[in-house]
Amino acid sequence: MYAFDYARPASLAEAIEAMKDEDAKALAGGQTLIPTLKQRLASPTTLVDLNGIAEIKGICLKDGMVAIGAGTRHAEVADSADVQRLIPALAHLAAHIGDPQVRNRGTLGGSLANNDPSACYPAAVLGLGATVHTSAGRAIAADDYFQGMFETALGEGELITSVDFPVPEKAAYMKFVQPASRFALTGVFVAKFLGAVRVAVTGASESGVFRWPEAEKALSANFSAGALDGVALGADGMIGDLHGTPEYRAHLAGVMARRAVTAAG
Amino acid sequence: MPKDHGIGASSKRREDVRFLTGKGQYTDDINRPGQAFCYFLRSNVAHGTITSLDVSAARDAKGVVGVFTSKDLEGLGGIPCGWEVTDKDGAPMKEPKHPILAEGKVRHVGDPIVAIIADSLAAGRDAAELVELEIDELPAVVDMREAIKGGTVLHDVAPDNICYDWEFVAENKAAVDEAIRNAHHVTTLELVNNRLVPNAMEPRAAVGEYDAGRDEYTLWTTSQNPHVIRLLMGAFVLSIPEHKLRVVAPDVGGGFGSKIYHYAEEAFITWVSKRVGRPVKWNADRSEAFMSDAHGRDHVTKVELAMDQEGNFLALRSSTLANMGAYLSTFAPCIPTWLHGTLLAGNYKTPLIFTNVKAVFTNTVPVDAYRGAGRPEATYQLERTIDKAAREMGIDPVELRRRNFVKPDQYPYQTPVAVIYDTGNYDATLDKALELADVRGFAERKADSAARGKLRGLGIANYIEACGIAPSSLVGALGARAGLYEAATVRVNPTGNVSVFTGSHSHGQGHETTFAQVVADMLGCEEANVDIVHGDTSRIPFGMGTYGSRSLAVGGSAIVKSVEKIITKAKKIAAHLLEASEADITFANGQFTVAGTDKAIDWGSVALTAYVPHKYPIDDVEPGLEETSFYDPANFTYPAGTYVCEVEVDPDTGVVEVQSFVAADDFGNVVNPMIVEGQVHGGLAQGIGQAILEGCSYDENGQLLSASYMDYAMPRAADLPMFVVDHSCNTPCTHNPLGVKGCGEAGAIGSPPAIVNAVIDALSAHGVTHIDMPLTPRRVWEAIRAARN
Ligand SMILES: Cc1cc2nc3c(=O)[nH]c(=O)nc-3n(C[C@H](O)[C@H](O)[C@H](O)COP(=O)(O)OP(=O)(O)OC[C@H]3O[C@@H](n4cnc5c(N)ncnc54)[C@H](O)[C@@H]3O)c2cc1C
Repeated sequence: MYAFDYARPASLAEAIEAMKDEDAKALAGGQTLIPTLKQRLASPTTLVDLNGIAEIKGICLKDGMVAIGAGTRHAEVADSADVQRLIPALAHLAAHIGDPQVRNRGTLGGSLANNDPSACYPAAVLGLGATVHTSAGRAIAADDYFQGMFETALGEGELITSVDFPVPEKAAYMKFVQPASRFALTGVFVAKFLGAVRVAVTGASESGVFRWPEAEKALSANFSAGALDGVALGADGMIGDLHGTPEYRAHLAGVMARRAVTAAG
Repeated sequence: MPKDHGIGASSKRREDVRFLTGKGQYTDDINRPGQAFCYFLRSNVAHGTITSLDVSAARDAKGVVGVFTSKDLEGLGGIPCGWEVTDKDGAPMKEPKHPILAEGKVRHVGDPIVAIIADSLAAGRDAAELVELEIDELPAVVDMREAIKGGTVLHDVAPDNICYDWEFVAENKAAVDEAIRNAHHVTTLELVNNRLVPNAMEPRAAVGEYDAGRDEYTLWTTSQNPHVIRLLMGAFVLSIPEHKLRVVAPDVGGGFGSKIYHYAEEAFITWVSKRVGRPVKWNADRSEAFMSDAHGRDHVTKVELAMDQEGNFLALRSSTLANMGAYLSTFAPCIPTWLHGTLLAGNYKTPLIFTNVKAVFTNTVPVDAYRGAGRPEATYQLERTIDKAAREMGIDPVELRRRNFVKPDQYPYQTPVAVIYDTGNYDATLDKALELADVRGFAERKADSAARGKLRGLGIANYIEACGIAPSSLVGALGARAGLYEAATVRVNPTGNVSVFTGSHSHGQGHETTFAQVVADMLGCEEANVDIVHGDTSRIPFGMGTYGSRSLAVGGSAIVKSVEKIITKAKKIAAHLLEASEADITFANGQFTVAGTDKAIDWGSVALTAYVPHKYPIDDVEPGLEETSFYDPANFTYPAGTYVCEVEVDPDTGVVEVQSFVAADDFGNVVNPMIVEGQVHGGLAQGIGQAILEGCSYDENGQLLSASYMDYAMPRAADLPMFVVDHSCNTPCTHNPLGVKGCGEAGAIGSPPAIVNAVIDALSAHGVTHIDMPLTPRRVWEAIRAARN
């Protein structure tokens, strides 16, 4: 780690102020940022610790949507009675991120700001068509928010404050774990709304999380695993690494999508 | 009735009290006054020439005590190798220098180049960024099949990158070739034994301190054998005589072989502590461990097994490329040769065996023994090949194995590969394992899996290993530069309690409990009255340490010998006190009695008399009650057994799930069944890890791809089934006093072929005949797809 200054704002307003330093970096659960610092891969001047800001934490119901503060930990989402009742697929997803230590520290905002191509939350946010609210007062639709591997629509110093998740008729997330990291080697989030189905795939593409229009179309016409017969992703643009070739990932997306549809019931 | 005390009892591991309550004293827990820290700047390229190296800015940096390169180490030796293997043409192996810090060239990612001593680790790391280093990158060679073609050369002494080209048993070669030419059927299999990273929970660490007042060095280090380190480092690297050098291996958090070897870092830390006049600490972080701990396995092998019409094995021919990495680690040369070639008979009476092993230098981390060491590689190739043979011959794999077993009436059994098995009963463990695995119910379970879209497979593997390493004269003839006896001092203290000083080293095995059980059993005392001391060269006699499942068989035997000497002497003292003839004294349950009388004296009185020799046979017997013994085994021990497992494969994703695992082991006599079971569990976890999860991977430029737990998959509890472990089929070792064989490595040796055989069984209907480990989902899926097309 290189030396840095540390700030712990008590309000969002103070945090926004602290983030004006162009080399400041927000610290949420630290599950990604702290290892990065330890490996000397980042050298912020100031770490702006968001953990003291009550207004970006917690889960509430708002206009028929589930609103989750950016500072809410994965374990809280997993354990929330409201999330379990309204979007059980989201609670299930949160309950299967990393290990207990990670779930008790890692946050929704940290995951979305980081936008790791193998992370789970982006699939839920995109699959459910959620809206990301930021400290700049913006409400960013999921379709606009994710802009490629580790790339998002957030501006310099802009913080995520909360995310509104629409409640689907049914939904499920199927994660095929990478054997070492247990991140998603390929994960598929399927959500059925009145009249439309959304399918988001994470872990697979070199462009990060993406929607799968052919699958959405087939499932919108007939929400059953069988509807995906003959629907296949191409290997172009898929990630190839130690754990899976592009072909394997494309194939897994199909298998996980079918299983998600079945699990959604 | 299970025993609650002494040999045969599942006594609770006394060392766990401190391990589980955070009271362990590991090397990194040792902090010396005025201590500085060491940071090693390591190569980030696999192969290259150092064209410029300027450390002046780093020397001037804040908090820096000293900065060192190979230039500062002139006059010191390289890291020595402990075993010399002879080439097939009689020439010694190629033994390039292994410098402490890179001399002009780097040969693997992680090769240390500069060492920085600073007031804090952070200051050391800061200074490292000021080092001006230029490396002219050379092409790297990672694949052994490419390396032996020459072209890219690591060491001038080995122009084709071959360390040695070894043949065994050379006299059998023509006969083996002939048998294979004329056989009814020959089964051929080419396979890879995947490279593994040992991943001990505690990374390597060292603290060095020089006492100028006494001209003495102390090194605390994460070692499985502190005396070996003292000898190698003192005599070959730093020229420090043993009496001026103390090496302490305190609590050590796992080794699995990787902490046997003498490493450059600990030599440097010892040397530099005098140079800077301060104690110096180095503690590897996990990333450093991945690129500097000796790796394991990494063989590429072709096997041919010749059979007659009935499936009787006629001859076995095997040729292996064995990766040495960039330099020779301490015992690297003997692993693919004497710990591998000699085990190629397995549990079978194959009359003719020939193997050729080429050891190859590559731009990778050095490779050496890892749990099992050579024996897993031998077992894997045999048991995979036999399974394939059974399929090709249309013979049941169990039946084919049984038909070729060495039978109980054939012991001692001289194998065609030098070793002589003293005892065993392979049919017994096979029967036991098949029974415990409910093999009869397999068809039903397979149908049930099929109904859920899963492919179920049953896999069997036998193994035999050579443990209790080893008769010194034998290993000497085979090139070892050391003896492999073990030493123990047993000291009865004046009030009768006992301190045992052993050359064995416990780094998870539970010696403090097991050894105490043996001594308590022999002396008829409470286990709590026996203390086991290990790991400090200033306290223990010269011993060879712990590896190769040798501690109880060899170290325990040394303890037994010392206790026997103590009892003999104590009987003399008791005879004097009881005014009886020594021949009439019986010692049992901690009491000395005189046959045919009611005269008796207890242990404590005799012990006290030995130290307060007022009424004492002083002319015949010295005061005191302390004995030292060195035990050199007459033979290896040969633990053996049968493993049976069932797996389910998901054909859509390639995921393999281990559903059940039965291990029936013959370890000879068992001192602590609970500890033995724990050792088997750990070994099975590592073997299943090798079979399904773990694979150390380099890209063609020699960059380590699996350099962290993000990419190197360790087995987790959820990856493992509930193990069924049995050790009831015992044939006690015939040549050591406890009749024990060793249990530390078996699990890791027998499980990989059992798992792979099960997966191939599951996929056989798809036409898959082999997949190289690790059987990751991707590989299994690709194999299914390739077989379908
Ligand atoms: C062992 C391990 C296993 C894991 N497994 C999984 C898994 O299976 N699936 C998965 O999805 N994830 C996984 N993760 C990631 C984890 O879930 C966290 O979500 C992730 O590390 C980031 O969240 P955090 O709160 O820790 O963010 P931090 O590490 O604190 O920050 C990450 C980045 O986000 C920025 N940031 C944080 N909060 C905000 C905000 N409110 N607004 C703007 N920027 C912000 C930070 O500046 C930083 O750049 C794993 C992590 C570990 C260590």
